[in-house]
Amino acid sequence: MSQSCRLPHGGRVQRSAPVRFFFNDKPYDGLAGDTLASALIANGVHFVARSWKYHRPRGIVAAGVEEPNALVQLETGAYTIPNARATEIELYEGLRATSVNARPDIEHDRMAVARYFSRFIAAGFYYKTFMWPRAWWPKYEERIRDAAGLGTVPDTLDPDRYEKTHAHCDVLIVGAGPAGLAAAVAAGRTGARVILVDNQPEPGGSLLWSTDTLGGEPAGQWIRRVTDELATMPEVCVLPRTTAFGYQDHNLVTACERLTDHLPLQQRAGVRERLWKIRARRVVLATGAHERPLVFGNNDLPGVMLASAVCTYINHYGALPGRQAVVFTNNDSGYQAALDLKRNGAQVVVVDPRTRSGSGLSMRAEQAGIRIIQQAVIEHAVGGTRVSGVRLQGHGARLPAGTESLSCDLLVMAGGWNPVIHLYAQSGGKPRWCDQRACFVPDVQVQPQISVGAANGDFSLAQALSGGVRAGIEASAQCDFADVSGKAPAAWATHASTESPILPIWSIGSGKAATRGPKQFIDYQNDVSVSDIHLAVREGYRSIEHVKRYTAMGFGTDQGKLGNINGMAVLAGVLGQSISETGTTTFRPNYTPVSFGTIAGRELGDMFDPIRKTYLYEWHVAHGAVFEDVGNWKRARHYPRPGEDMDAAVARECLAVRHSVGLLDYSTLGKIDVRGPDSVTFLNRIYPNLWDKLKPGRCRYGLMLDENGMILDDGVNLRLAEQHFLVSTTTGGAARVMSWMERWLQTEWPDLKVYLTSITDQYATATVAGPNARKVLQKVCQDINFDKEAFPFMGFKEGTIDGVFVRILRVSFSGELSYEVYMPANLGQHVWNLLMAAGEEFGITPYGTEAMHVLRAEKGFIIVGQDTDGSMTPLDLGMGGMVSKAKDCLGKRSLSRSDTASPHRKQLVGLLPSDPTCVLPEGGQILNAPSTAAIAAMQGHVTSSYMSPILQRSIALAVIKDGLNRMEQEVTIPLPDGRFAQARICSPVFYDPEGARQNVD
Amino acid sequence: MLVIRCPWCGERAETEFNYGGEADIVRPTDAEHLSDREWGDYVFMRKNTLGLHREQWVHSHGCRRWFVAERDTRTYQFKSYEKLGAHAMEKS
Amino acid sequence: MSNRYSIFSLIKNGLSHNEKWGQAWRSPEPRREYDVVIVGAGGHGLATAYYLAKVHGVRNIAVLEKGWLGGGNVARNTTIVRSNYLWDESARLYEKSMQLWEGLSQDLNYNVMFSQRGVLNLAHTLQEVRDTQRRINANRYNGVDGEWVTPEQVRDIVPIINLNTRYPVLGGSLQRRGGVARHDAVAWGFARAADALGVDLIQNCPVTNIRTKGGAVEGVDTGKGFIKAKKVAVVVAGHSSVLAEMAGIRLPIESHPLQALVSEPVKPVIHTVIMSNAVHAYISQSDKGDLVIGAGVDQYTGYGQRGSFQSIEHTVQAIVEMFPTLSRVRMNRQWGGIVDVTPDACPIVSKTDIKGLYFNCGWGTGGFKATPGSGWVFAHTIAHNEPHPLNAAFSIDRFYNGHLIDEHGAAAVAH
Repeated sequence: MSQSCRLPHGGRVQRSAPVRFFFNDKPYDGLAGDTLASALIANGVHFVARSWKYHRPRGIVAAGVEEPNALVQLETGAYTIPNARATEIELYEGLRATSVNARPDIEHDRMAVARYFSRFIAAGFYYKTFMWPRAWWPKYEERIRDAAGLGTVPDTLDPDRYEKTHAHCDVLIVGAGPAGLAAAVAAGRTGARVILVDNQPEPGGSLLWSTDTLGGEPAGQWIRRVTDELATMPEVCVLPRTTAFGYQDHNLVTACERLTDHLPLQQRAGVRERLWKIRARRVVLATGAHERPLVFGNNDLPGVMLASAVCTYINHYGALPGRQAVVFTNNDSGYQAALDLKRNGAQVVVVDPRTRSGSGLSMRAEQAGIRIIQQAVIEHAVGGTRVSGVRLQGHGARLPAGTESLSCDLLVMAGGWNPVIHLYAQSGGKPRWCDQRACFVPDVQVQPQISVGAANGDFSLAQALSGGVRAGIEASAQCDFADVSGKAPAAWATHASTESPILPIWSIGSGKAATRGPKQFIDYQNDVSVSDIHLAVREGYRSIEHVKRYTAMGFGTDQGKLGNINGMAVLAGVLGQSISETGTTTFRPNYTPVSFGTIAGRELGDMFDPIRKTYLYEWHVAHGAVFEDVGNWKRARHYPRPGEDMDAAVARECLAVRHSVGLLDYSTLGKIDVRGPDSVTFLNRIYPNLWDKLKPGRCRYGLMLDENGMILDDGVNLRLAEQHFLVSTTTGGAARVMSWMERWLQTEWPDLKVYLTSITDQYATATVAGPNARKVLQKVCQDINFDKEAFPFMGFKEGTIDGVFVRILRVSFSGELSYEVYMPANLGQHVWNLLMAAGEEFGITPYGTEAMHVLRAEKGFIIVGQDTDGSMTPLDLGMGGMVSKAKDCLGKRSLSRSDTASPHRKQLVGLLPSDPTCVLPEGGQILNAPSTAAIAAMQGHVTSSYMSPILQRSIALAVIKDGLNRMEQEVTIPLPDGRFAQARICSPVFYDPEGARQNVD
Repeated sequence: MLVIRCPWCGERAETEFNYGGEADIVRPTDAEHLSDREWGDYVFMRKNTLGLHREQWVHSHGCRRWFVAERDTRTYQFKSYEKLGAHAMEKS
Repeated sequence: MSNRYSIFSLIKNGLSHNEKWGQAWRSPEPRREYDVVIVGAGGHGLATAYYLAKVHGVRNIAVLEKGWLGGGNVARNTTIVRSNYLWDESARLYEKSMQLWEGLSQDLNYNVMFSQRGVLNLAHTLQEVRDTQRRINANRYNGVDGEWVTPEQVRDIVPIINLNTRYPVLGGSLQRRGGVARHDAVAWGFARAADALGVDLIQNCPVTNIRTKGGAVEGVDTGKGFIKAKKVAVVVAGHSSVLAEMAGIRLPIESHPLQALVSEPVKPVIHTVIMSNAVHAYISQSDKGDLVIGAGVDQYTGYGQRGSFQSIEHTVQAIVEMFPTLSRVRMNRQWGGIVDVTPDACPIVSKTDIKGLYFNCGWGTGGFKATPGSGWVFAHTIAHNEPHPLNAAFSIDRFYNGHLIDEHGAAAVAH
């Protein structure tokens, strides 16, 4: 298809580089350098979308990030992007895009009928209906949901990669238009570290196609010279295609750099987008301004376009948006569009509500023979899928004869300018309304930043340049980079032009015109019109936030960049108050949408959270281990042999420990080295039990409480020397306990001379458990006497295994004769192999955490976090005796509070199911008797439950209200299938209650 | 993401630190003799100041030292930092 | 209600160009004295006023709001409604709320778009499986629906989920009656219904002091002068401690920023609410098509309604990890609220030591779902000067006698 609206000359498109693309499945040609929007306009395509609610035909309104209408599903399959803005998409060979909100397509949109019902579906209509019959709401909702939403989520995995960069600089400049470039040069010349980010492919902003001269130099040449100079400065970094989307606390600016989306799919490689987290000492915001639409009837027709967009399409892209144009402007900027249109052969009529002013641009328009209808406004536009004409009305004067109606194929709007104050407002600043310029401008600075140029309401080129230079110098000076004399750029002289003031017009006609006449749109994307604001106010929604939320104004993907200020002004008018009193809604990140993938970065999959592996991980893998996640650790849960399920494997592992010997990788336990003259005092304060009398060479179990008296962690602690302990913690609690101890030591007890070192990773631990454990160790370790008397229970000794230093504890979590062998982690594998070899004659069996759990449950040993849950005290566990009466410790006082001291709390007990084959569900609730009532009194719950291979029956641990007083009583546990299991309350020690087994010879 | 100045290491990103809540809460040395109410006040009740707040931080991914900072809970700006037991160092 | 909403009123008013709709609520000036002054026109405050008027017949009520009504956390949450809490006390309170939700649109004559699309709480570790099953079993006997779902069932419910995440999905609980509601509409619906019962909703009226005399409340000083009141009920999530200080009361509360974010609107792809504690991901899709995502609470206390970017990053990582095809969907907007967190993650709905002064606070991140239930029990507490059995356990006293209701210690479910 020919580019019927492509101008023969001009623009920054590459005429020698045609690009084939597809829009709504039709092939078109564009040029390299086009955006999708400019290429469509070059092909005469304006009707590109259907609106969200009324499904009205919509066209391209803007030329940048503020575009509300032209949203497309870009590409299909893995590379698809929902809701991409045609005005931001750089054209590439083979691009495919489809309009998002129409089925089957925008021409035949089935929902287009919605516009005829618009009066019944005004703002908030859904709050007033769909309530009867109540049961139908899910059906209504399904339809609503189906109709809503815009683009489609990809159905395949994202093939692209994303990464993140942390950057620090002295001066961050956002925006590389004239103000930003001037600031960058000024700051760069001081030697400050400067980062300049700009969301366009090349720096220059509107100067790229300006006919202005700067210091006598044509704009294009000036840009080249300045950017060349920036490129030679080693401390200056220029990031094109990079959008600063968030201004966070403490001068952190988050920006997204797009690296590959402008390339044809097959040429894309490497990182797609990079998230920059830029911490700047000073920020210069040179983010420009967005032009405001004018609000009149049917101002949403395709072919209705912003004046600045018209200039951009003509001058930057060499595309002519229309041949018969009406320009509706309330300030001088519309005249530039009129001149550009006229110069390129279009017929132009200007409609201006102001009286004739004789200002620079308007005079040039007159001189160019453009017809100007003063003191007139557009009442409404007419047209179907493209604007075909306008109806005018006088504004303080009668219309000249014959001008009530004009026909056109392009309606240009110039309603004034909104400085892009988003980042300023995100930095905490409160914008101030400026009546003279009819816009919100930055006011008091909250974080160290400054706005310059159009972003500051300084719209002329001269102001942009001088403001930019000044800001660049000042920001650098604040970072102690002095302006070395003579290096600061002089203010570049520009052509001065007189301008006559804007005449703000926020909507056309009375409230009746708004509610009864053609819709006057405020927010195109969300179909919010002036009548919706009238309605909201009528119904009592008077705060700007209420109006926003009731009408959905500004909720779109453009976040109201075009419409919000108009909406606020209309609201102010309806309420009869000033815009200043009405205020703005809150500007929040993101300035423009950012891919979730970019924010997620690389920390996905295995890098989502660190994976901790013990020294034996590969050995476990090689021996068929199944792993479980415990904290960050991967722990071997069991080692199934061929044909074994988990139950069989666990039973085999358990019985091996009970009958001969097993070997457990216990390295994940937390280990903290505690030393210093006050170690005993410290442990006495941390733990409820006493540590004074523990002799070096001996171990003792300790429970740790929080200040609320609840169990925080537990472990076996060793006294290595008079002033030296080794504290052990649970696997998941290691870091928490270390931090807990450090905190008390530093903040509350700095007088204690105690030093803590985490040594979890320095030592590997292997537990050798079972009646043959001693024999295995005796084979490999000759320098320790393992005799019963010489090495008693709860003692530990140091020695060597094959020359490797080992510390061996005689402790037992299984009830069997058991030793824990601590060795340097990097030699752990070697010692483990020696233990396996030595145990071979006894059938030594590696066992995992599941068997460990069964073995300890048979003995009634708790696991903190499984049998306790943050609401259990030592008293609840029947361990009240551990709480020393002789001293205070953390949490002790809480134990005597009335509720905590109650003897009727939930207490740890054992449960023996009546049916010994029935393994009670863990987490099963406990009733006094079977109940099918909706609500029944629960007595507690099952915390641990297993089939005990040695007892050949099921056992369980539970916490039950008043449990210690209810021994031998029957309770009921409802099963998931609706049946009920019976069980008898008993001691939690099921096996070897005398403790004889750890004492074997 | 805040910037926090560890009195030992200097300015670092917030991600290196953990927050420790209200500062200057002294653990009673005579807990046994406190009423339930006095004990509960110590364990649970907090000023939760709107405005300048003295609070504890720890440089957990750095020197692991605890320190006290004054921060405005409305603006999140830090006003001063001090080492435990030391005099306040004004933020320059 | 003269201003009754229905399909017929919609048609009738549509035919008259929507020019004849009445006000949803008045904007009165405060009177000098009320029987009950409620401080805070958020969801909970408005609900309290509504139930006080409707259930307890109290007519002379004002709700004072420093800004615009419904502008606090009710306007800033991720709109999740569920009642599958672990402990009896919590489950019964939230279940009362759930039952009120189920008839709320009709009761208020305002469609709050309560959508019972189900809430999935995922379990990623063996301990989470135990905790989840424990909670389901407990819910069963507290009258709360819930069922265990296997990973395969999870995939059937949420086809785009990645079950094999860094911490694989081992199953989860499904509360089918759970879901989401349109949060602003909840505030507006209660406001309109309360106004219709004669409650004065007074916006832009900050309370600057709570006056007491002889251990009893006298009234409040406000931006619009002193307002006398027999009873003052404070329900100002995010600023509870500030109001408590005015009355010389100490609270076990710390206020933290809590952030949330939404994607651009996309066609329906997530049909339920999915919550994962282990990877910190909470997501649902609004009727408008936005993916609504909750972030974690920021570590520091703060009243700024803004939090730190790394909280957003962690949340989005979790979302992409669990729903990898959302990688190319774009985040549109983020915002923050202030949550009042108690040590046991449970609220305080309580009388105070000052006669006639009541506090309702500390809902943490769980306040939205409780809105009707909270209002219901708080209204009862104010009207009878005694807690309802459903909120008796949620007194300030529990922090002194040790009867904590430790949801975050035990529930394996974030709020």
